[in-house]
Amino acid sequence: MQFSILINGERRSVEADPDTPLLWVLRDDLHLSGTKYGCGIAQCGACTVHLDGVAARACVTPIAAVGTAPVITIEGIGTSEWGRKVKAAWLELDVMQCGYCQAGQVMSATALLAKNPRPSDADIDQAMHGNICRCCTYTRIRAAIKHAAGLPTADTREVRS
Amino acid sequence: MNDREDDEGVSGIAGLSRREFLTVALTAGGGLLLTLNVPSAAGAVEPSGAAGALNPYIRIDPDGTITLVAKNPEIGQGMKTTLPMLIADELDADWSDVRVEQALLDPIYGPQFAGGSLGTPLNWIPMQRVGAAGRQMLLTAAAHTWNVPLDECAAQDSTVRHRPSGRTLGYGALASRAAALPAPDLNTVRLKTPAEYTIIGRFTGGVDSPRVLAGEPLFGIDMSLPDLSYAVYAKSPVFGARLVRANIEELKAQPGVRDAFVLRASQPDAAVRMGLVDGVAIIADKWWDAQKALRKLRAEWEPRSASSQSTHAFALEADRLAHQTPQTVLRRDGDVEAALAHAHKTVSAAYDYPFLAHATLEPQNCTARLGRDGRLEIWAPTQNPAPGAKLVAETLGIDPGKIRVHMTRVGGGFGRRLNNDYMVEAAAIAQHARRPVKLLWNREQDIQHDSYRPGGFHHFTAGLDTEGRLTAFRDHFITFGQNGRVASSADLPRDHFPAGFVPALQYGQSLIELAVPTGPMRNPGGNALAFAFESFLDEVAHAGGRDPLALRLELYGPARVLPAPPPRYGLRIPPFDTGRVRGVLEEVARRSGWANRKRLPAGTGMGLAFYYSHFGYVAEVVQASVAADGVPHVHKVWAAVDVGSQIINPAGAYNQAQGAILDGLGQALHLLVTLDRGRVLQKNLDTYRLLRIEEAPPLEVHFVRSDNPPTGLGEPALPPVLPALCNALFAATGKRIRSLPIDPQHLRSAAA
Repeated sequence: MQFSILINGERRSVEADPDTPLLWVLRDDLHLSGTKYGCGIAQCGACTVHLDGVAARACVTPIAAVGTAPVITIEGIGTSEWGRKVKAAWLELDVMQCGYCQAGQVMSATALLAKNPRPSDADIDQAMHGNICRCCTYTRIRAAIKHAAGLPTADTREVRS
Repeated sequence: MNDREDDEGVSGIAGLSRREFLTVALTAGGGLLLTLNVPSAAGAVEPSGAAGALNPYIRIDPDGTITLVAKNPEIGQGMKTTLPMLIADELDADWSDVRVEQALLDPIYGPQFAGGSLGTPLNWIPMQRVGAAGRQMLLTAAAHTWNVPLDECAAQDSTVRHRPSGRTLGYGALASRAAALPAPDLNTVRLKTPAEYTIIGRFTGGVDSPRVLAGEPLFGIDMSLPDLSYAVYAKSPVFGARLVRANIEELKAQPGVRDAFVLRASQPDAAVRMGLVDGVAIIADKWWDAQKALRKLRAEWEPRSASSQSTHAFALEADRLAHQTPQTVLRRDGDVEAALAHAHKTVSAAYDYPFLAHATLEPQNCTARLGRDGRLEIWAPTQNPAPGAKLVAETLGIDPGKIRVHMTRVGGGFGRRLNNDYMVEAAAIAQHARRPVKLLWNREQDIQHDSYRPGGFHHFTAGLDTEGRLTAFRDHFITFGQNGRVASSADLPRDHFPAGFVPALQYGQSLIELAVPTGPMRNPGGNALAFAFESFLDEVAHAGGRDPLALRLELYGPARVLPAPPPRYGLRIPPFDTGRVRGVLEEVARRSGWANRKRLPAGTGMGLAFYYSHFGYVAEVVQASVAADGVPHVHKVWAAVDVGSQIINPAGAYNQAQGAILDGLGQALHLLVTLDRGRVLQKNLDTYRLLRIEEAPPLEVHFVRSDNPPTGLGEPALPPVLPALCNALFAATGKRIRSLPIDPQHLRSAAA
């Protein structure tokens, strides 16, 4: 079946079965391989993209469900103000280790900040819960989100007692 | 306390200096090439492939671009940035002029692997020498150009300056002339003093990071080639099973499928050796088509020995063995039975920990292309390319000289990719299909076909005197074996602490036969043994009414350097230094407020642990409490880390230490692989529960600088956090965790 989707501001046409996950259309048909495969069941968030501005897991989003929603991927996120800031913060704080999950982390972080420009730690926990970092760079992910938001980056979470 | 000066007067533990040599040549573009040959030092690594090819570490183009080659794979440990930093500093390069290129697998680079936290200790001196030799050539070239004495020239920021006249020449302008000069003797090049460093010690972002965030195709999974097909490879969920039959024709008829065929195991025990095992390959134009066809696979497998193997059965067998005399005595110091009989008090406890999977976030994959000329080209996210090439050569009968391995960026290693099963699969599929293929495992296959961190069981008994001092120590370690030999990463080193620090000690060992593959996982041995030993030591401290910190300080004794162990893997092993133990213990106690822990509110506790591994000394304190549902809540972790005199890249160093601590926390809290009738029950990340951001507590990492050569950081910060957490939970609740992962049920009744 033929699908026409709007990706990173560009209209692209692909031939795929309707049940093909957007992830594989991006990676193998459109050669946008920045979006990663980690689990295929929306558990790890490595495949996070924006659908109509909302973070979505491309591994469980059939191409047929995309419809007219604009798709933004890591390749295109830098053109938005928040995307640019988040990427800059990620580099400044040297967040990544292996880097495999980081496209997804950046996409989730950008979606969070676009909606909530001054997130609390609890907001960050909630928005980033679905993005696993196997290298466990969570300390810097948290700090980089705050840094992008212009907030102090020190981990001030209460040492609860 | 530093006795690690080698014959050439250069401190370092690699001990390679006599065998290093340098060659110089002109590049096609008139630049400078430098190659340092560091012959194989690690016994596990046997470089193979075409010899004699000249592969540069340093190339300077006429426009001033400095290309530095990173010899080791990048798995997130940061070596693609760290090693070029060492070269660049001694080269007096401006880091902004530097671009980094990943080396191919080539014997000219010596060992090329990511493992054992060895990247730093093996390369610290050699890489600096490469840079220093380059600087000397550039200085000489400038002196010749200006016809001035060499000692009037100085290098800085990719530029040579003639001090008396103030004239300058950029490295780009000097490169061609420098390359024509004879190569300096690497053993005589002068290295900088730490005060002269300009790049070493500076917070330096990963060289690939901007490209990762641009979504560029850097990882193995991102490989593309002309006419590339996608492959999946289905293996039996029961390890080592033989494929009897499969519906190959039906698979071939699936949409988008180009081919389907059976491959056979290279040897009967290929499963435990992480070689090529029986399976069905499906090749399609798109990976999703191959994946969909995989769901139609109907295969009949004939199980072998593994089909009787279950976690539950292992526990029963371990219990049976625990009541018998150990099959082997690994170590016996003094008369442990007599010492226990005379002890004022004895403490006994049994500990166990489960099998674990690595779950690298990038699932195993590899791309292979067999040319018409018989040359095999491989693009692999591997930690250990040389043994992979050897495995491919042996399994497929290909001349090793015809195999070329490209090291892609690696989406997580953790030891999983020290094995190269995916590499031999991709190569075998490409060979059979006669077309280039990218093999990609799905997550389920990745979790179900790992080289697992082996589980284990410890039956400890300790003897205490009236002062609470440890006078006797006994462990009956029940672990796993394959054909009567201890399985990979399932061993207890005979010098494991407290051996050597207790007058009467015995380590006994019994084996359970295992038909499931095991292998190294980040800090192999330590990631499990630290939990058992350091938790039990905490029990000993409490039983004797001692402060766990004071007991440790007393056990390790006054600061002193113990005799160095014999070289291992061709490496000079640094001697154990109890002063460094004391240093990190005292630092972590000070930072965490250990002395004031009794003032914490009821229900909150602090736990402490120390572990020495991979030449690194790490002490950690965890503060934790338990929620009403029994779920542990980690408030904070403090770490004090001594990996020598110099943190090469603080950006990477803190990240490694923090990541290792959280990795260990995740293991303690959640991770578990369950074997049932020869297969792994967990399939995906819903049941194999990796740590998430809200579970990552605040961390404080402090590096304690000691006068020792820098050593690696990928691994040493992981082990102590597991016992430190369990010890904190005991302090908080009075409940001792003796089995991992932590069971909230066990803690529930303790919660207020």
